[in-house]
Amino acid sequence: MCNNANPYIPYVATIEDAWFETVGERCVKTFKVTLDDPVARKNWRHQPGQCAMVGQLGVGESMFCISCSPTEGDFLRFSIMRAGKNTQALHELEAGDKLTVRGPYGNTFPVDEWKGKKILTIGGGIGQAPLRPIVEYVKANLDQYAGLTMIYGARTSGDLCFKDEFAAMSGRDDLSCHLTIDVEEEGWEYNVGFVPSLLMDLSPSPENTIAITCGPPIMIRFVLENLKKLNFADDQIYTTLENRMKCGIGKCGRCNVGSLYVCKDGPVFTYATLKDIPEAFA
Amino acid sequence: MDMKKVRKEKFADFLATLAEQKLYAPQKVGESLRFAPVTDSGKVELEMSNTTVPPKSVFFPQTETLYRYEVGNTEIQQPAMGGVDIVLGVRPCDARAQVIVDSLFGWDYNDPYYQERRKATVVGLACNKPCVNCFCLSLGGGPASTVGLDLLMTDLGDAYLLQPLTEKGEKLLALAGETVETAAAGDREAAESLHGQAEQMITRKVETAGVAEKLPGLWEHSLWQETANSCLGCGICTFLCPTCHCFDIQDEVEGLEGRRCRMWDSCMFKEYTLHASGHNPRPTRRERTRNRINHKYSYFVQKFGHTACVGCGRCINYCPVNIDLVEILRQVKEAL
Repeated sequence: MCNNANPYIPYVATIEDAWFETVGERCVKTFKVTLDDPVARKNWRHQPGQCAMVGQLGVGESMFCISCSPTEGDFLRFSIMRAGKNTQALHELEAGDKLTVRGPYGNTFPVDEWKGKKILTIGGGIGQAPLRPIVEYVKANLDQYAGLTMIYGARTSGDLCFKDEFAAMSGRDDLSCHLTIDVEEEGWEYNVGFVPSLLMDLSPSPENTIAITCGPPIMIRFVLENLKKLNFADDQIYTTLENRMKCGIGKCGRCNVGSLYVCKDGPVFTYATLKDIPEAFA
Repeated sequence: MDMKKVRKEKFADFLATLAEQKLYAPQKVGESLRFAPVTDSGKVELEMSNTTVPPKSVFFPQTETLYRYEVGNTEIQQPAMGGVDIVLGVRPCDARAQVIVDSLFGWDYNDPYYQERRKATVVGLACNKPCVNCFCLSLGGGPASTVGLDLLMTDLGDAYLLQPLTEKGEKLLALAGETVETAAAGDREAAESLHGQAEQMITRKVETAGVAEKLPGLWEHSLWQETANSCLGCGICTFLCPTCHCFDIQDEVEGLEGRRCRMWDSCMFKEYTLHASGHNPRPTRRERTRNRINHKYSYFVQKFGHTACVGCGRCINYCPVNIDLVEILRQVKEAL
């Protein structure tokens, strides 16, 4: 729930740190921010999967997933791809600058319900941003889960987000991290190939497992197909949807897929819910 | 509750008793008839079929400031909320529509801008002469429906019968003092007779039962493309619809003064769903037309339990290319 009496009024936040995850025309920049108002900071509660409206007065706001887990501390992270006017203006901001935040919005990955299960995340490109909170949350509570497997790919090694964090995950036997890029690169020591193929190579068992996938629509389509081939049930498969949003609170109308509002009823959905909504993957 | 009536020669005096309050009533503004603040009771237009713009524009203005700020500063100033005490001359279909929109603005998150204005007293005006494209009877309404009204007025020719429906309606009549009189025994019967006659005049009808259940199966039906073929995408069907509530939020900056405002938007516009990436989940008018009908007759029903249409006929009356909602619904009913 938003903590404001007027849900349209944002909190003001300060950027503590900002860095580029990737380079290029559609580069991704991560912002670590804290809310200025100490009461708001104290009352803020978010769970993996939730989103927030981030923006600047005089420019506008857009919806982004919160790319950190509450287990990481008293701050928020947003990993933002430069795509339009608003994200371009956000990319100009540096540590010390102000931005506005409204939220947290939307439903959450049911991380409590998943306790005792194996968690499998399958991400592509910027799609790792909504998965990162799950990875961090499960890592912080690993004794309560039956394991964590992460599959993550991008076009090139330069397009992978959160690279430094994955290096630290290798060599641990309680969690496994599988990275892949589309085309061979000099010095790349991990897998080469598309994410859906790597999934088939690994062929994880569906037993007591939850699979969560986020990424470009084409990747999602083939990952879903492959998960079905691996006998994952529809309600064992989760994804997040995104659509254009203005209000974030189920009023402005535009983010609907069928009768569901992505901002309020989502962004987290099971494949069991989405498979019957014809425009869910439009 | 006791019925009163106000003679037409005293109607200006009756309105004058409400002068202390912020009163909105139908008035000619440019080419259109819409609800505007009353400064001159002579300009109030009740001899009308219905307003061009529905009274949603009072509760949910076409453009409104959410808050103001100074560029470079993070301090936010909220505007005063409310500012509407009475809305008079509301047709029963539009009053019902507002109740439908209430469920949207009040689900989970309350919308304070809208809800403050909705505290206003709503004075309805029964329809003695429905329009040619009215089909309110098919949506559970009628020319004298009282849903969403605090007081119902019926034009008796030389007077308006005033039927209070709620405490707010009673309070309004108490203010009216000597300008109103107790209704005579025959007034109520006269009004009921007019209401009955008006119902008889509504000839457009459509069977809406089963539409919500049927629409999902017609996802790929040719009727969406056929309807979209003539659609210009102007959005008038949504702007003038009393239940359409979609809005955009934009920043407006002039010098150092900035405001974040919201304005009506339309699902018939390409930009409505356009992603920053360039991807558009509803790329053509086919998908947008399909969404408009599904939203009104299926999605809203699933979410809030009622159809987001009251049969006011505006989308038919004002469509520049004669797209006819009743005809679309008939095709839905007949589709295999």
